[in-house]
Amino acid sequence: MSDTSAIVILIAAIFTNNILLSNFLGMCSFIACSSQVGTALGLGTAVTFVMTMTTMINYSVYYFLLVPLKLVHLQFIVFIAVIAAFVQLVEMIVERFSPKLYFSLGIFLPLITVNCAILGASLFAIIRNYTFIQTIGFGFGAGLGWLVAIVLMAGLQQKMRYSDIPQPFKGVSVAMIITCVMAMAFMGFAGMVTIQ
Amino acid sequence: MIYLSAALVFGGLVAVLALGLIVAERFLVNYGICKLDINAGEKPLEVEGGRTLLSALYSNEIFIPSACGGKGSCGHCKITVDSGGGPVLPTETPYLTRTEVRSNIRLACQVKVREDIFVKIPSDLLNVRMFEAEVEYIRELTHDIKEVRFKLPESDEIVQRPGQYVQVQAPSLEGPVFRAYSISSPSYDTNAVELMVRLVPGGIGSTYIHNLQEGDPVTFTGPYGEFYLNDDPSVEIVCVGGGCGMAPMKNIIYSIYDKHPDRVCWLFFGCRTVKDIFYLDEYRALAEKHPNFHVIYALSDELTDGDEWEGETGFIHLSVDKYLEAGVVRQAFLCGPPPMIEAVMRVLEDKGLVEQDIFYDKF
Repeated sequence: MSDTSAIVILIAAIFTNNILLSNFLGMCSFIACSSQVGTALGLGTAVTFVMTMTTMINYSVYYFLLVPLKLVHLQFIVFIAVIAAFVQLVEMIVERFSPKLYFSLGIFLPLITVNCAILGASLFAIIRNYTFIQTIGFGFGAGLGWLVAIVLMAGLQQKMRYSDIPQPFKGVSVAMIITCVMAMAFMGFAGMVTIQ
Repeated sequence: MIYLSAALVFGGLVAVLALGLIVAERFLVNYGICKLDINAGEKPLEVEGGRTLLSALYSNEIFIPSACGGKGSCGHCKITVDSGGGPVLPTETPYLTRTEVRSNIRLACQVKVREDIFVKIPSDLLNVRMFEAEVEYIRELTHDIKEVRFKLPESDEIVQRPGQYVQVQAPSLEGPVFRAYSISSPSYDTNAVELMVRLVPGGIGSTYIHNLQEGDPVTFTGPYGEFYLNDDPSVEIVCVGGGCGMAPMKNIIYSIYDKHPDRVCWLFFGCRTVKDIFYLDEYRALAEKHPNFHVIYALSDELTDGDEWEGETGFIHLSVDKYLEAGVVRQAFLCGPPPMIEAVMRVLEDKGLVEQDIFYDKF
């Protein structure tokens, strides 16, 4: 993958290989926090920030610490520790500068720690043998892709608030159906760029 | 070797991350010392930023009523925050009406002190203190109601009005919580506080109090409550209670007859069965001394064989309707379950009482 530019990877991570809509990672907070655009935007920004930073740190930790010391098998636990520390930091920042967002995100802010999309992004960067610059592009792009998906979803949910949905489809079921339709729509971008 | 290096690398990494977080915390969570202004300069305080308004006030010995211990689940700690409180948080909105939000009412346990903050607290609440007392006695009134008397140290005294309540600190798994109980001892009894507590199965406060023994230390804050008894002796007082709604009534009645031996006062008390009756003999003795004191107890359940009861039967509002004449200037105090309060309110309004003269405590 060394020949693909970081910009291409960034765009691909948003549209063609959207981490949520093509890999279905980070679904729990996506379903739970997508009833209002404001909250979704806040959570999406937090996820983007955490994802960009943690893919960079995890990349450095992997190639400059784990590989030379032959401790590659530690990657999961180390990545999770880095992510956990980072989420703590983000929590402090959000509480300080936007208490309202802090309370509306509630439990989902600390739960970014166990958001599989974040760990997934770090692992994809390693598996796909990205360079450091490409990793930055991928981390940022994957975060933005998640943000785009959750904000679109929140917009749709707001539009649907007064729709007459049949009883068995209310709540999570209709959210899953919408996600599915959105994923199919995003498949339309597939011809643009591809990354593996 | 590989295990050692794995442990060392992971340990070292976690240590570096923890250090980074500690440094970040120093800069991000440090709000410095903030000014806390109460009632526009009446009581300026300086508190450490970053804590909740409730705990900041608490550590300065200003006790805002709160039952849940600051978890934002009781909605009792409402105070006016004029500025410095930030936006109303989603955790507060379920407990605030629109009017309250417009007049800057906030839950003190949810507002964090981040900058200089200006609050308004009723002067009554500024007089609230914390008391350390000892259980003088505890006795059974009925099968599920106990009367307990907390004796203050000799040098201490509590100044309370009839109808006010205290909050007793009870231990729970998640730290101390407070539960409110009306004061049943008359206001001239300044060295002690008596309460009547009905055992609620699984209840934190009532279980704690029911298990107290003589001599046990207790902590409570008070007195709270904005009820003022009408001091004009020509105004009749009507007390209607059910269950342990007797507590404030006892305080009102004894306080009245200490000052005005000839004042007219009606006590209506609703019970289910004969075994729920308590205090009737004491009140009958009081009524003999003060002819203008009228005691009416009514039993709502059907009498069973062997019950000795010559008093009223049926729900208590029927007795109120039967005994009170319309068109007399009265003040009424009701304490009991919501359906009882609603029924009695209707009867009292028919008798010519206006809403402002009817006070009630639903539980």
